[in-house]
Amino acid sequence: MATTHPEISTEPTRRDFLYIATGAVAAVGAAAVVWPFIDQMNPDASTLALASLDFDVSHVAEGQAITVKWRGKPVFIRHRTAKEIEEANAVPEGDLPDKLARNENLEPDAPATDANRAAQGKENWIIMLGNCTHLGCVPVGLSGDFGGWFCPCHGSHYDTAGRIRKGPAPENLHIPPYSFTNDTTIRIG
Amino acid sequence: MSGHSTYQPTHPAARWLEDRLPILSLAHSSAVAYPTPRNLNYFWTFGAILTFMLVVQILTGVVLAMQYTAHVSLAFDSVERIMRDVNYGWLIRYMHANGASMFFIAVYIHMFRGMYYGSYKNPREVLWILGVIIFLLMMATAFMGYVLPWGQMSFWGATVITNLFSAIPLVGEHIVTLLWGGFSVDNPTLNRFFSLHYLLPFMIAGVVGLHIWALHHVGQNNPAGVEPKSKDDTVPFTPYATVKDVFATVCFMIFFAWFLFYTPNFLGHADNYVPANPLVTPAHIVPEWYFLPFYAILRAIPDKLGGVLAMFGAIAVLFVLPWLDTSKVRSATYRPLFRQFFWIFAVNCVVLGWLGAKPAEGTYVILSRVCTIYYFLHFLVILPVLGFVEKPKPLPASIADSVLGKKARRDATASAVAKA
Repeated sequence: MATTHPEISTEPTRRDFLYIATGAVAAVGAAAVVWPFIDQMNPDASTLALASLDFDVSHVAEGQAITVKWRGKPVFIRHRTAKEIEEANAVPEGDLPDKLARNENLEPDAPATDANRAAQGKENWIIMLGNCTHLGCVPVGLSGDFGGWFCPCHGSHYDTAGRIRKGPAPENLHIPPYSFTNDTTIRIG
Repeated sequence: MSGHSTYQPTHPAARWLEDRLPILSLAHSSAVAYPTPRNLNYFWTFGAILTFMLVVQILTGVVLAMQYTAHVSLAFDSVERIMRDVNYGWLIRYMHANGASMFFIAVYIHMFRGMYYGSYKNPREVLWILGVIIFLLMMATAFMGYVLPWGQMSFWGATVITNLFSAIPLVGEHIVTLLWGGFSVDNPTLNRFFSLHYLLPFMIAGVVGLHIWALHHVGQNNPAGVEPKSKDDTVPFTPYATVKDVFATVCFMIFFAWFLFYTPNFLGHADNYVPANPLVTPAHIVPEWYFLPFYAILRAIPDKLGGVLAMFGAIAVLFVLPWLDTSKVRSATYRPLFRQFFWIFAVNCVVLGWLGAKPAEGTYVILSRVCTIYYFLHFLVILPVLGFVEKPKPLPASIADSVLGKKARRDATASAVAKA
């Protein structure tokens, strides 16, 4: 559009304003449309509803372990022996690559002591998610260099309290939210 | 370099179409009259072979999708049904499964060809980058396809690979949940992988279109690595390149058929004939052979985030290869030092692949670390330095000189011997 004024104004014009305003509305509109397309990938209501599981552990004898499925993931429930608890308690803090308990029933900064890893007041029980914190494989029980769990995929060793001791995994095995509803029943989730 | 096509359709109907959509002259100038360097060797036929493999994968894949059910409780059985009950289902599924391996064999030869002859150098950087994008899309497609039969390797491969993203600080866990659509690899994961596995090949086809467009714009590189200068340096695409490409593709089909009919499970894993079990990981999980070098790099680093970064870095470094290689000379034929380092690099890649299939313990871990360091050393140190210290051999004056000159020299020697 030819201008009749020889000097060019540096002030934004009404047209510049309209361009920017239209562009801004279009960008917000595009973002608003993108969000439902991304969020539909997140867990749906029925998946979220599968949140809790009751399990009777009275038949799990000392030294035995069972694996139950919760939210599609394995959960290890181990009835530990006195020797295993003793071994876990004997580990100095300095030997632990991950110093946090990773226990969802405690504060996030709780230290990775054996007491913080085991069930509260029931030290002989340990309940953990059975997915290696490296890339999610299921570690094998009663094996590895520390008598706890060993992940065959990439060689992570966990001790008898499920704490990472050696290998590529960055964190201790995670402990899901759970509680004993009575002496022998665990509610996970 | 655009084809200097002077194509004029003669049939009135063809002329009518040409006036409205110049598709006939486009086809003629890019597949008939297109000038190709006269010295191309058989390594230049892999582009055609790859195009053929993409068509094979899409055709067999569309047919398999008609017979397959993407549900955790039905997927494994539907694949067995394809193998046992569907007419020729065994053939089509084995074509698709072995076809993926053939596709990767061809793409690796194609990529190493590009590296040996410096095909990524000015003015072919974008051509090369588009190729790396195709390679990434191929890896994503192959990975998601491997999940669909819902065997043990499918499930645990999916778990390990999606968990790679959990290494990202802060948002990693959320990204993994988003990818899974749940708290573990499960039905929503299988469904979305099926959807994306169907989508990505068509995205590959789109990028292949750009790749060929870029190729036809800058022209093919050639074993001498010098640009065509006169008409003597090139021959028309048809019949010369067309027939050569068809012949090479037929030879490749024989190779493919050997796997397909004689040892269709050689490149797979027996564990994938066990239905997926989220509670038990197989003792020895390995990805498909074409991912093994990258898997070895992942495992070589004793840190989760570091391993993931190194693995993705091993592919990302290919994007900047055109700027890491500082030598002005393209072809390794005229680069005596680079030629040796190229072969060391190639052997190093094969050794990494072998290590990726071994358990992550003892000497294998040490060797993986050495090979990983060498892999990056090649790109980040050797290639940039070589360009400055290497004295290349004199380049031929033209492509015609590089082939006809050799013959002239041989004739001269022969006649000298005859006279003596």
